[in-house]
Amino acid sequence: MSESTPGTAAQFPPLEGPPLLGLHEMELNFGPQHPSTHGVLRLVLKVDGERIVSARPDIGYLHRGTEKLFETETFPMVVPHTDRMDYVASATNNHAYVLVVEKLLGVEVPKRAQYIRVLLDEMQRISSHVLWLATAALDLGAITPFFYTFREREVILDLFEEYCGARLTLNCMRIGGLPVDLTPGWLEKVRAFTEPFEKNVDEYEELLTENRIWKQRTIGIGVLDEKRCIEWGMTGPVLRAAGKAWDIRRAIPYEVYPELEFDIPVGKNADTYDRYLVRVAELRQSRRIVLQCLDWLEKNPGTEIRGKVPRVIKPPAGEAYAAVEAPKGELGFHLVASGGNKPYRLHVRPPSFINLQALPEMAQGHLVGDLVAVIGTIDIVLGEVDR
Amino acid sequence: MQSYIPILFFAAIAALFPIAILVVMALLRAKAPNPTKLSPYECGIASATDAHDHRFSVRYYLIAVLFVVFDVETVFLFPWAVMYDKLLLFGLIEMAVFLYILVLGYVYVWKRGALSWA
Amino acid sequence: MSDATFALVATGAKILFVWVIALATILPNLVWAERRVAGMIQDRPGPNRVGPFGFFQIIADGTKFFMKESVTPLYVDKLLYNLAPWITLMPGLVTFAVIPFGATLPVTIGGVTREVPLVIADVNIGILYIFAFTGLGIYGIVLAGWSANNKYSLMGGLRASAQIISYELAMGFAAAGVFLAAGTLRLSGVVEWQQQHVWNVVPQFVGFLVFLIAAFAETNRLPFDLAEAEEELAGGFHAEYSSFKFGMFFMGEYANLIAASALLATLYFGGWSLPGVAFTGVWGALASVAVFFAKTIGFIFLFLWVRWTFPRFRYDQLMDLGWKFLLPLSFFHLIAVAAFVAAK
Repeated sequence: MSESTPGTAAQFPPLEGPPLLGLHEMELNFGPQHPSTHGVLRLVLKVDGERIVSARPDIGYLHRGTEKLFETETFPMVVPHTDRMDYVASATNNHAYVLVVEKLLGVEVPKRAQYIRVLLDEMQRISSHVLWLATAALDLGAITPFFYTFREREVILDLFEEYCGARLTLNCMRIGGLPVDLTPGWLEKVRAFTEPFEKNVDEYEELLTENRIWKQRTIGIGVLDEKRCIEWGMTGPVLRAAGKAWDIRRAIPYEVYPELEFDIPVGKNADTYDRYLVRVAELRQSRRIVLQCLDWLEKNPGTEIRGKVPRVIKPPAGEAYAAVEAPKGELGFHLVASGGNKPYRLHVRPPSFINLQALPEMAQGHLVGDLVAVIGTIDIVLGEVDR
Repeated sequence: MQSYIPILFFAAIAALFPIAILVVMALLRAKAPNPTKLSPYECGIASATDAHDHRFSVRYYLIAVLFVVFDVETVFLFPWAVMYDKLLLFGLIEMAVFLYILVLGYVYVWKRGALSWA
Repeated sequence: MSDATFALVATGAKILFVWVIALATILPNLVWAERRVAGMIQDRPGPNRVGPFGFFQIIADGTKFFMKESVTPLYVDKLLYNLAPWITLMPGLVTFAVIPFGATLPVTIGGVTREVPLVIADVNIGILYIFAFTGLGIYGIVLAGWSANNKYSLMGGLRASAQIISYELAMGFAAAGVFLAAGTLRLSGVVEWQQQHVWNVVPQFVGFLVFLIAAFAETNRLPFDLAEAEEELAGGFHAEYSSFKFGMFFMGEYANLIAASALLATLYFGGWSLPGVAFTGVWGALASVAVFFAKTIGFIFLFLWVRWTFPRFRYDQLMDLGWKFLLPLSFFHLIAVAAFVAAK
């Protein structure tokens, strides 16, 4: 067929090298409108049959200028904007932001508020990880885990809704503490969900962990060893699956994490399967932390949810960086304040964006079927990548 | 041959049934094409080149050739299998020799890497 | 009534029966059943709003297939593009013509009793006929992938062609064992042989497994649905099809699924027969039809169950399984069966 199809011709430079027999390797646009690019990621692939010669990510389809937007809002008004970055884990986004402002203000947050924050964070981690599990399994054609995990995610979202009125964009933290106190009976409901959650995780594992096809599809796929992980600046489960026990909650502790008992699960093969195991283990660890928070909160009733914060928040001029361990890795905010009531500059270190950079290296040489596994294994949210 | 006549009827129905539905429904359906709707799907990016202007792996072709070879062997097997109760030991030895040659070819193809995609 | 008239009427009645029961009843309800079974496996209700237990869902789905706008993209090869769904659907449907679905039915008209074999066409090359038509079905998928002028479709079509021909080999070798034991290619003969001796699944269990796996691959269902692979190729060969043309692929897949189930029941599970039961008389014949459909539906359920349980294979793993595992296994299985028969 010699007539060529129309459309905007290549926005990228032409393919390298002389075409063999007048034919090029197939250049394939994978995304932005594709079921398994987890939003609007676009990959420009060069494929030889089923094999990927190169994969080039093209991002920005969801860019909203969030960082610039921060500069136009007063400090308390920034919180809801952070919700929209990693929209499946907004509690940790809120948390990282309020931490950096509190650091510059030098505000003491009441213990009770700290425990509730950690509780929300860990529930958010569970909901984010089960969502990852659902979509990653779906990418490999396993449809059923999706429904099992959404069963639990639904309960968590209901609990969030009961606490702060929102299910996804929580807006659940304030500079110096929390917006509202707990609803009566809420802790019991969280406990009723968390106690048997271990069994739910067993159920997910039953579907996948020893499934031969699942193992064939994930073991040895998308390997990025510890050295390369550190060179790329990878954090979160991707780094931990490579064997490095790096977790902000332990490495640069914040809030009450030093008082809580939990392990940092690590893998050793740095492949997709180990990342799966690490995330599943983190589900169990998050459950442990939630239970400890519940114990403390039940033993120490109170109403103190906010520290001493001035009515108009004007941090002194200066710079601060604070980070939390978000479900996807290190989420950091770098704040430059000029003494006004708005941030002069607020830069985000989004884990999804930085982890995504290694995608071409991880995908190279794999088959097209593996590409979706590799995209899934990084666990990206395009809202955070593009901001 | 007489036993094939019902098949002819059956196949005729099977062939005409989808066509009939297509024709009837074409009269009822909405039709509102526009250039975007009619463009080929490539994840929302306008395709820069024709889908057929690319190389695709020679292995597909190799598999097709191997299939033809082995499928012809299968066709030889069927009459042998049906007449087997009359041939018995002779048939078994005969076919063992035949399959031995076939397996030799199979092993050769495997060793040459024609069966692996990695 | 003369013999010729009777034969004509009987054949017409059988064709009508198969169309009404197998194709007009099971085929649409299979779509409903798939969604209900999926719901059951996935801990959710499934469609339950349209009619009792959502039973009329299929009418809503069907209407949607018929009434949606049929988009034919620019730059497609119009002839092949329109022909492809038809080539896929047709072979799936005509397969039913040679599968025996019951014991002999005695019919008495005007004092004369005639025996009606419950199979539309009892041809002596039964299985070759089926292989021939399933082989034809590949063209539908390959041409759909090629004609759409879409890279994803093209990849899906290429994958499908290589996959289906690869598994057809193992399927053929496995099936040869059955005909070797029965001494005939006629499917009614295979059923009779199993009735007199033993269900083939017992002595030829390995052959059964090979055939079963190959049947999954031939029908393009998970874990072998690489040709469509929603999450990789976004629909693959049928990405550019809509409305009833897509519906024809959809129906073709289900028709193939029913045909494969019926074939598995016939070749390995005694077809309409049950061990130790002689199906005689009118009621016996009707009971045998019920037995046959029960077995077929059992296999259909297995297909649905597997689909909602397993992840998808990768392309090279699929080819390895077909060429490096199932094919040699079916070789050795055939030789073992031949040696066993000779020793007896």
